[in-house]
Amino acid sequence: MWAGSQEGAIVAAMVDKRMTEDEVVAELKDGMTIGIGGWGSRRKPMSLVRAILRSGLKDLTVVAYGGPDIGLLCAAGRLRRAVYGFVSLDSIPLEPHFRQARQSGAIEFTELDEGAFYLGLLAASHRVPFYPTRAGLGSDMLSMNPELRTVTSPYDDGEELVAIPAFKLDAALIHMNRADAAGNGQFLGPDLYFDDLFAMAADKTYLSAERVVPTENLLDEGPVHTLRIPRLFTDGVVEAPRGAHFTECPPDYGRDESFQRTYAATARDPDAWEAFRSAYLEAPSHAEYLRALEARA
Amino acid sequence: MSALAEAAVDEVCVVACAEAFRGDGEILCNPIGTVPIVGGRLARATFEPDLAYTDTVSVLPANDFPVGDPDAPRVVESWVPYRTVFDIVWSGKRHVMMGASQIDQWGNQNIAAIGDFRQPKAQLLGLRGAPGNLLNHTTSYWVPNHSPRSFVAAVDVVSGPGYDRMRELGAPGNRYHEVRRVVSNLGVFDFQTDDNRMRVASVHPGVTVEQVVEATGFELAGTDDAAETRLPTDEELRLIREVLDPGGARKAEFR
Repeated sequence: MWAGSQEGAIVAAMVDKRMTEDEVVAELKDGMTIGIGGWGSRRKPMSLVRAILRSGLKDLTVVAYGGPDIGLLCAAGRLRRAVYGFVSLDSIPLEPHFRQARQSGAIEFTELDEGAFYLGLLAASHRVPFYPTRAGLGSDMLSMNPELRTVTSPYDDGEELVAIPAFKLDAALIHMNRADAAGNGQFLGPDLYFDDLFAMAADKTYLSAERVVPTENLLDEGPVHTLRIPRLFTDGVVEAPRGAHFTECPPDYGRDESFQRTYAATARDPDAWEAFRSAYLEAPSHAEYLRALEARA
Repeated sequence: MSALAEAAVDEVCVVACAEAFRGDGEILCNPIGTVPIVGGRLARATFEPDLAYTDTVSVLPANDFPVGDPDAPRVVESWVPYRTVFDIVWSGKRHVMMGASQIDQWGNQNIAAIGDFRQPKAQLLGLRGAPGNLLNHTTSYWVPNHSPRSFVAAVDVVSGPGYDRMRELGAPGNRYHEVRRVVSNLGVFDFQTDDNRMRVASVHPGVTVEQVVEATGFELAGTDDAAETRLPTDEELRLIREVLDPGGARKAEFR
């Protein structure tokens, strides 16, 4: 039940939230705190990240299970602060542009346990000030983040726990396999990651998708359990085929490892970075970027 | 053919990693790194069949399959996306085997950064899940390059806290903390001492205690009566070589 085509059904007339990458970025402002979904080099909203890069946006705080999103924003000098549990390209364990930014002191940082990070998103989603956890007790997480506080259980056990504060986000950017124009999002891969929490934690959430389909076709490719982003939590929908490139977006496509290696190598060589930037990051639209990819062959 | 004459150091290390999971029963076995991955799969394939196994790719595979082959057929027994992994961490039903860029005599582990974390000489992975793992369930470590640079007097950043930090924290916060063993390319180490200081449990065949002491940046306990790490059985060697790692991916971790 609740699978397969529902074609022919009468669907309520829902608001059409479709927009372009540049229209999304026009709603963002310098200094904002922006959450970015996905995980490492997996299902990142890269067409939206590139739209930020070609805009003038700066002094951003980015909250993410970090991958090339954080790396690119570091390399382009758009980040004031990164909030993360890790920043990795998966097949290349250490993100080279992020490493450079940390080692040169170019960015401020909030480094947390990656499970504690989940609780920060959850707290913001549920509009509570914090969620408690043991993660951080005894490690350097607390000395690295002197603003973190502990809380004592009000019950008989009296246990002291770390209070992970809500990650209040001005905006969130996520990438889905499918969506409808009203902003219902669908993941068809093996893991949603924390994209629903990013959507709920943000004042405004912009969702890009490989394909925007009519609502009655949302169950054509996956069961009802894959519809994990309800439109209540989305404000804009961008159709972006290969929008997660070069990160993976299964089952639509895997990671472009060759392109990722090219990207990673730009951290060692300013000329290579300039060439990469002019070939791929200055493309004026996602469509032009896809054409540049084809030319790469 | 006797296993004694045939086992290579990487195979001894695989078995030493497998042994970390002995007695764990029905929990999530979560090894990170090639040698621990082969070790975790070996433990389940032999003496610890109730283990549920993941190397964090969203599903729990119930069959024995080779490392490093994304197309190897898997029998999926459950779906465990990252969010569920964290839920399992906090439930306590997990034993993780992580790497350590640095580890000290109390088992403090660093995978975050070398130098001052405010502006490190080398940014590494970040804290990842280490702070939460150590406070919630059993942890072991795999260090393929045992040297005074990895076994250090003091780690630069404490990602996963060791026994001195847990003594300071006290009860009840420390009650789920256990660093069970550290496996290196030279030996097996644990914290079965009066004050939970690191001890040589065994040295691998062909390695002397003196070599271990030389390669360690702090004083080790147990140097007087260290055993020899047990050798793989013939059946374990067959499983490692023919089923779990026929391509020899485990050998790449030794430099």
